[in-house]
Amino acid sequence: MSRILVRGGRVLDPSTDRDEVMDVLLESGRIASLGRDLRVDDAQVVDAAGCWVMPGFIDLHSHLREPGQEYKEDIATGGRAAVAGGFTAVACMANTQPVNDDPATTDFIIDRARQDSPARVYPVAAATKGLEGQVMTEMAALVDAGAVAFSDDGRTIMDSGVMRHVLEYSRLVDAPVITHAEDRTLVAQGVMNEGAVSTRLGLPGNPSIAEDVLVARDLMLAEFTEAHLHVAHVSTRGAVDLIRRARDRGVHVTAEVAPHHLTLTDEAVTGYDTHAKVAPPLRSEADRDACRAGLVDGTLDAIATDHAPHAQHEKELDFVEAPPGMIGFETAAAVTLELVRSGELTPLEWVRRLSTNPARILGRPGGSLGEGRPADVTLLDPERIWVYDPAKGCSKSRNSPWAGKQLTGRIVATLVEGRRVYDVERGPLT
Amino acid sequence: MSQPSLLGIEDLEPGEILRILDAAEHMVEIGHRTVKKVPTLRGRTIVNLFFEASTRTRASFEIAGKRLSADVVNFSPSSSSLKKSESILDTARTLDAMDPDVVVVRHAVAGVPKRVADVLSAPVINAGDGAHEHPTQALLDCFTVRQQKGRIDGLTVTIVGDILHSRVARSNIYAFQKLGAEVRIAAPPPMIPPHVEQMGVKAFTSLREALDGADVVMALRIQNERLAGAYFPSAREYSATYGIDRAKLGYAKDDVIVMHPGPVNRGVELSHDLADHRPSVILDQVRNGVALRMAVLYLYAGRRRVDESPETRDR
Repeated sequence: MSRILVRGGRVLDPSTDRDEVMDVLLESGRIASLGRDLRVDDAQVVDAAGCWVMPGFIDLHSHLREPGQEYKEDIATGGRAAVAGGFTAVACMANTQPVNDDPATTDFIIDRARQDSPARVYPVAAATKGLEGQVMTEMAALVDAGAVAFSDDGRTIMDSGVMRHVLEYSRLVDAPVITHAEDRTLVAQGVMNEGAVSTRLGLPGNPSIAEDVLVARDLMLAEFTEAHLHVAHVSTRGAVDLIRRARDRGVHVTAEVAPHHLTLTDEAVTGYDTHAKVAPPLRSEADRDACRAGLVDGTLDAIATDHAPHAQHEKELDFVEAPPGMIGFETAAAVTLELVRSGELTPLEWVRRLSTNPARILGRPGGSLGEGRPADVTLLDPERIWVYDPAKGCSKSRNSPWAGKQLTGRIVATLVEGRRVYDVERGPLT
Repeated sequence: MSQPSLLGIEDLEPGEILRILDAAEHMVEIGHRTVKKVPTLRGRTIVNLFFEASTRTRASFEIAGKRLSADVVNFSPSSSSLKKSESILDTARTLDAMDPDVVVVRHAVAGVPKRVADVLSAPVINAGDGAHEHPTQALLDCFTVRQQKGRIDGLTVTIVGDILHSRVARSNIYAFQKLGAEVRIAAPPPMIPPHVEQMGVKAFTSLREALDGADVVMALRIQNERLAGAYFPSAREYSATYGIDRAKLGYAKDDVIVMHPGPVNRGVELSHDLADHRPSVILDQVRNGVALRMAVLYLYAGRRRVDESPETRDR
């Protein structure tokens, strides 16, 4: 197997709290050694001067749309978009067609990923059959097939009794239950955050209390059942407070926040741009600031993209009919680097939330540049300025609120298991 | 007009509102003639693009266009053929290829006229979008109040009813405030939009307090079937607490006028006798609507951008 020497980059490894300029040698798909001025014969050299060298990012939340909606994305294009954004592994949600509620579908996703995807793919299986919130899925069989977590993402389990048993049963398989926490009766017809902006625009509002109420319920159920609850895409100040207090009480809860909820507000909906329609919706400034503070103090463990591709003709429907969601793999790093530039996060803590913490939450390898670990490595030029054009990106879809925007910080190379799978000049290499 | 399209009152300067009202004064007289037609827009094509069913507003725009000698085409994509298959922007692009001079758009969802305007070369007149704006209704309401009171500046206007779902309310809040009136709203608490005070209005749950000293009372239509039980208990309770009748008008000024954008749920928003008689001016509103829409079509038609539609610019 070939050897790759990543030379002269700033190595940021949260698993060992390492932040120093050094070389990294990759061999046989593993991190072989780290050191200053490593001398290696016959190794392919990657010049990382001026770059950050990090354990590959791991995305806890994405939609790859295969099987069933390949016109939006498939595992091959989604995987290429992932590595173009520095993600060496992505968890994909179960709302495919058919729903990933059966080991055969999980098998299919894993097979397809092995053939087509440069990124590792971790299927999240449905928590209930058909995402209908009634009948539990066969969790043990799904975990045997390769499922890493359970979620009815996008379709909150409204029946508290069902949620209780899902959480209880998940202890058998030791996998987290991921909640998309929105009380559907409070969301009602809402299509954007309820507040001054929805009042001005005349669009039906989705109140922050819809999230708070469900997060409160699920935290109480997690405490009661002693299961591992993971709260997806936290968007409200109330939810951050509830999670912080639950964590203090010793509840086994982890949580993620999406780049758009860290950086945008409901003002982005002005002009009725459906690219700003997402679930949960872009919230108020106070909510956004609370999410940032929660990410900084560790209440929110991870940054997860909720990459949700939709076709152009779907986003050209009116604001009520257009489906919620935005693509996020290729912009996540640049967009969230804002928190590093502002001084809210050190580079090391930023990497922790994109790599080390997601690996821990899923119980997967990765998230570390320690010797002997898988050689999943991401290189970033934090100063590089570029204009994001989704048409030139790797995803099949283009639904991004950052289309045409100038961004700072770009992924320059991605390696999975010691193989170069992405290079900024040449694009995806698989 | 500073903008090519009339998408909402929020975008208008007070001077622009007055210019439209003044132009409407001239149009009123045309409606009094035996031959109610002038050649102003001869050879121009006006498309009424109504995604949402409407009889009154569409008829008003159609009559207005015809009195100005324009060719008026009614285009009502049925909701079934549009559902999922053709996006609103595809509809707009198709229409644009037919070179209309003005497109009047109504849609049940807020923001559609704006997005249609983004791809059309022709100016767009918003004829009502969701709970966002209904600018021509607010302009005709201002016109009617000015006609009745001789001024708008310094008046107190109280809007009563389903503010949350009302595009008429939003447009009127902007319009009357821009012309110097104080605007109050009164509604059952679930129908007061969140943070509505940021629009500069004072919100009341007590009708009595809201009416105290009012010069104009505007009752809004309650969508009885859809909302009763969820936003207010029943039509009977609504009528008792928020319905306007002669007794409740006693809280307002002696010369108060009563308005309603129509159609009225008689005995719910307004008592039966008020719907037809003074101080209600509901039919004046309808009559003025034609003149006002003539003024709007006159001021916005002929502003078609030939060389730089956003579509061509983007490509």
